[in-house]
Parts: sequence; C-alpha cells; structure tokens
Amino acid sequence: MAQTLFQKVWDAHTVRKLPSGQTQLFVGLHLVHEVTTPQAFDMLRQHGWKVAYPERTFGTVDHIVPTSSRKRPFLDLMAEEMATALERNCREAGIPLWTLDSDNQGIVHVIGPELGLTQPGMTIACGDSHTSTHGALGALAFGIGTSQVRDVLASQCLALDPLKVRRIDVNGRLAPGVYAKDVILTIIRRLGVDGGVGFAYEYGGSTIDAMTIDERMTICNMSIEGGARAGYVNPDEVTFSFLRGRPYAPPEGVFDRAVAWWRKIASDRDASYDDRVTFDAASIGPTVTWGINPGQSVGVSEPIAGNPSDEAFAFMGFHPGSRVEGTRIDVAFIGSCTNGRLSDLEAAARVVRGHHVAPHVKALVVPGSQAVGHAAEARGLHQVFIDAGFEWRGAGCSMCLGMNTDKLEGQQVCASSSNRNFKGRQGSPTGRTLLMSPAMVAAAAIAGEVVDVRTMLEEVPV
Amino acid sequence: MTKAGSITKLSGRGVPLRGHDIDTDRIMPARFLVAVSFDGLEKHLFEDDRAADPTHPFNDPRYAGAAILIVNRNFGSGSSREHAPQGLARAGIRAVVGESFSEIFQGNSSILGVPCFVASHEMVDELQTLVERAPETKIEADVESGVVTAGALRVTASLPPALRDSFLSGQWNPTAMLLDRFYEVHAVAARLPYLNGFP
Repeated sequence: MAQTLFQKVWDAHTVRKLPSGQTQLFVGLHLVHEVTTPQAFDMLRQHGWKVAYPERTFGTVDHIVPTSSRKRPFLDLMAEEMATALERNCREAGIPLWTLDSDNQGIVHVIGPELGLTQPGMTIACGDSHTSTHGALGALAFGIGTSQVRDVLASQCLALDPLKVRRIDVNGRLAPGVYAKDVILTIIRRLGVDGGVGFAYEYGGSTIDAMTIDERMTICNMSIEGGARAGYVNPDEVTFSFLRGRPYAPPEGVFDRAVAWWRKIASDRDASYDDRVTFDAASIGPTVTWGINPGQSVGVSEPIAGNPSDEAFAFMGFHPGSRVEGTRIDVAFIGSCTNGRLSDLEAAARVVRGHHVAPHVKALVVPGSQAVGHAAEARGLHQVFIDAGFEWRGAGCSMCLGMNTDKLEGQQVCASSSNRNFKGRQGSPTGRTLLMSPAMVAAAAIAGEVVDVRTMLEEVPV
Repeated sequence: MTKAGSITKLSGRGVPLRGHDIDTDRIMPARFLVAVSFDGLEKHLFEDDRAADPTHPFNDPRYAGAAILIVNRNFGSGSSREHAPQGLARAGIRAVVGESFSEIFQGNSSILGVPCFVASHEMVDELQTLVERAPETKIEADVESGVVTAGALRVTASLPPALRDSFLSGQWNPTAMLLDRFYEVHAVAARLPYLNGFP
C-alpha cells in the first residue's frame, strides 16, 4: 500500500506498542544543548541509568552563550554554570560536544544539517521545539521536554502517539523579494497557530521542490508555530547534493547506497493524506507579523484586520486598519534557527550593500553557527554589514529568545528574522517583535522603519 | 483496586485563566530557564503577565492553592520548555482543563502526572464562569470517564486514549517501560540502514 514518509519512518523506528497504548519509537539522532538537559542528566544519575547510545547523541551550546565574546568564564555566572554542567555531563557520558572553542559550535538546528548529522529517514529528537527544522532533509524530527530528554538519554526511545499527515502544496514561482519566510508565515496565517495540532506537515509542490535546503529549513522550522510538532519535505536530488561530502554524511562508496534507501523512504506518489491544502506562490508577498503570535501576520502594505479587543492590538500599538509598513523600529535582528544561515545573510547583504543603518536603529547579525560566520567572512559579507553599521556577532540563539545579554529594552520594536513574536519573547516583557524575512529586516534597518523590500531591491542589480 | 502510581481522580479548587494561545514563554519567561534545576520555578509562573496585570488570576488570592487550571484554546503553545508545566505542577496544579493544548505541552504535563483535559468552548466557559463566581467550589476531574464536576456543573471532557490509559495504569512516566525488553530496542537499531553502513 502506498505510504507517506511519515508512516515509513514511523514504522521503521517502532520498537513496540507500549502497554499504555503509545508507541515506543527509536530515536536515530539525539541533539542536546545546555538549557533543557541538566535536569535530565540529574534524573539519570538519581536512577543510576547510563546513556544508552552516546554515539547517537551530540551536544552544543547555543541558547545562553554570549555572542559578543567567547571568553570563559561567561560574565553571567548562571550561564557559565549551565555550560559547565553540559560539559561535565557530555564528558561523563561520552557524548561529543561542541563548545565555543569549536568550529562546529552553533545553533543546534543549524549545525545538525550543516555537519550532515541530519539525514533523510531518521527520527530526530532535541529538547527544543524548533527541532522540526531537520524535517527539511526528510527526517522525522520532534521537539521534546526535559523528561523526554531523560527518556531518550536512558533508552534512545520516546513514548509517542502517531500523528496524522497534512500535505501542504505550494505551487508556482515566488516573486523577487519574496522568500521562504513569507511562505511559512502565509501558511500559518491561513491554517492558524493551532491548525497543525495532531498533524505532521508534509510540504511539497513546485515551489518547495525548487527551494534549497536552507529555504526548506526555514519552512520546516516554523511548523511548530502552526501547531504541527513535525514538518518535513521528501528527500530529493537537492537533499542528496546538499548532504554529499558533509563530515557526518555517508562517505563516498556508501553514499549511493544511502541515496537508494533515502529514495525509498520518501512518500509514495499515490500516498493518501489525512488532509490536503494548496497555496499559490504567486499570491504571496512580503509578509510581516503585527501581533503576538506567528499567525497574526499580514502583507507589509495590507491593512491589519481583526477584533479591536484582541490584546495584540493594545500590546503592539496597532489598530484594525493600520499597516505595518512605516512602523518605526528600534532594533533589527538577523539570525536564529529560522533565518541564520549563509543564504539568509547573503539575502540581507544584497539589500544592505552600499547603504547605512538608520541612526536610531541598533542592528545586529548573529550567524546561526560558527561555520556560517566563517563562510560569510570568507565572502566578505561581515564587512558589508559592519560598513553599514551592523554589529557582527558570534554564533548563538541570541535575541531570538533573549537568554543571553542580547535583549530588547522596554517597549522597543524589533524587526526580527526569528520565529516568535510572543509577548516578552525577546527579553523585555513589553518588547515588540515584528517577524519578517532577513531581507525585510535589512531593509527596515536601513530605512529605520518597516518597508517593502522590493522597493530597495529595484535599486540593486541582482 | 488502583494500580501503583495510577492517577484516577484530580480534585481541588480551580483557577480560571482566560485567553487563547497562551504560550510557554508567557507561562515561564526564558530568563528563568537560566538554571540547572527546576527548583523554585513556581515563583515565576506568568511573572510578566502578572506584573502587567494586577488582576491576573495568579495574583488573585481567591484562587490561591488551586489545583485545577482552566484555560482556553491552544494553551502551552510555542517553546517545548518543560519549565512551564514544572512551574505549574510545583505550584500545586494537578490537572488542566482547556479547549485545546499544544501537543508538546500536553506531553510534558502528562509525563509529570498532570493530565490536560479537553472540553468544548461552551463547557470551559461555563466552568471558568462558575469558578470566577464561586472560587471555593470543589472541582473533580475523573480520568477514566473524562467527566469534570464542579458543584452542579458536569463537564464532558476527554484525554487522548493512550494518555488516559497511561494515567489509569500508572504508566504515565514511561522510562521504566522504555527500558523494559531493551533487546527489542537493540533489534531496531540493528536493522536501521543508517546505523549499519547502508548494507
């Protein structure tokens, strides 16, 4: 019978049906970071359990690390304690760990694919909801809580209920100035922030087929913002050529056999889905959030609709009928596991080149990984940003969630390439986040207010 | 007879928290995650929302000591931080009744022994209204039947069947089950192509 990738991967990793009725699912790759694991390792110690598959577990530091200096100890002593705890836990368990002194360090969802750890047909778990990112390579990837991190450490397994699968087709060509971020914001806007509860999202169609892995990662990353715990794209030639030659990808000689299996794990052409939704790429324009969840988005020049009693209006300072275009910003943030990869920095740099950040705007670029940072430096992109008045930082999560010193202050408005515009998300309880593509953030940084990036792209030969 | 560790009935006073899409950043702001233990998280529940709104239910002494949290749609969305349900559990919340939950939040709560019951908008609204009028009302949530009773009000609620059964059988914390018959785990690993050089 024709099956989806979800069903095939789920079946291949099923250990057994548990007495509780849940499925015991083997986890092929477990990624750990400093914030959601110290308690899990403590629980293991309390029970005398060992890490079952340390060779299938990899660690890095990303959430709390400073991005302005790599010096240890960190100035934030609690952050230092968390990094030290992860170092000790990984050392004791024999888990490879990439800290700030390693070129492999970076946001966990950026380095997994970059190193070739993330591969099609795998089950992947990490104590972070944006684990859905890894689905861009055809993996089934779940964000989990700390008690589940404990379970995966102890048993390499999770107790889960299967998900339904919604096929989301995006067809057609995206217009210049319209990016993967605009696509996923549009999908969440239509299907809702809870529309994906109970589902995995399978993305396909000619627009997704034409996307790079970086772009697919932006899409899959925000599946969770639509309520879908997992999102994926079927592996194809784009996936295979992305993976070939990466440090942890199957080596030459094995790679072709891997590709043969990866092809088989993709959804069958006639697979049936629990739901299907279609989007027209041509109808998608530059999209920005105006509210306090990622579903509250609007075309940049479009009037905001909604009920005036919605708390989002008062919090953000908008009214029904107002437009986000022209909103003065205080901070511009380019980075995060959503949009902190090399192609994101390139897209932003194309807008920035030859311009300067508006005098009242604090603008920062935080590469998603040290490798992204080095690659950008090799291309001279850092100088483009620095010359324009951006701060060029080290790798980490940074202002996406304000767990280090990169935080909004007071009611500052931030044009951000990150994934969440929740109240307080960027470190100030009253700070205001406008989510948009990296190119749109770059345009806003220069104009000092939200603008349609297409008006600036016209000035630059592509 | 109830099995060891089984969770069958949760009871206590309620706390109504109105609003859709209340994410885990609001339940537990990220700055309180900079710690290596969950100790003391209950002090920081909804800290920023409470500071912004003196009438926030978690500021209201009428609801102090409540065990049943009553919420609306898509509660616990966003970040997978278990710190959110840890804070709630440590504050004495033993069950949550709501219109819908984010899956990760529901899973994280269940593994701590805190069931998240799903009921209709109308039923949840009635329950919230009742508790707002009479905070001293004792609420009882029955895991097996899914019925939540509060005074004369009977709310039909539900749990995903596998989670319901795991509470009833005392197996809501799955680690022991996952470690049982571990040879089967190794057997799966032994047949996964990517762990065996794509034979």
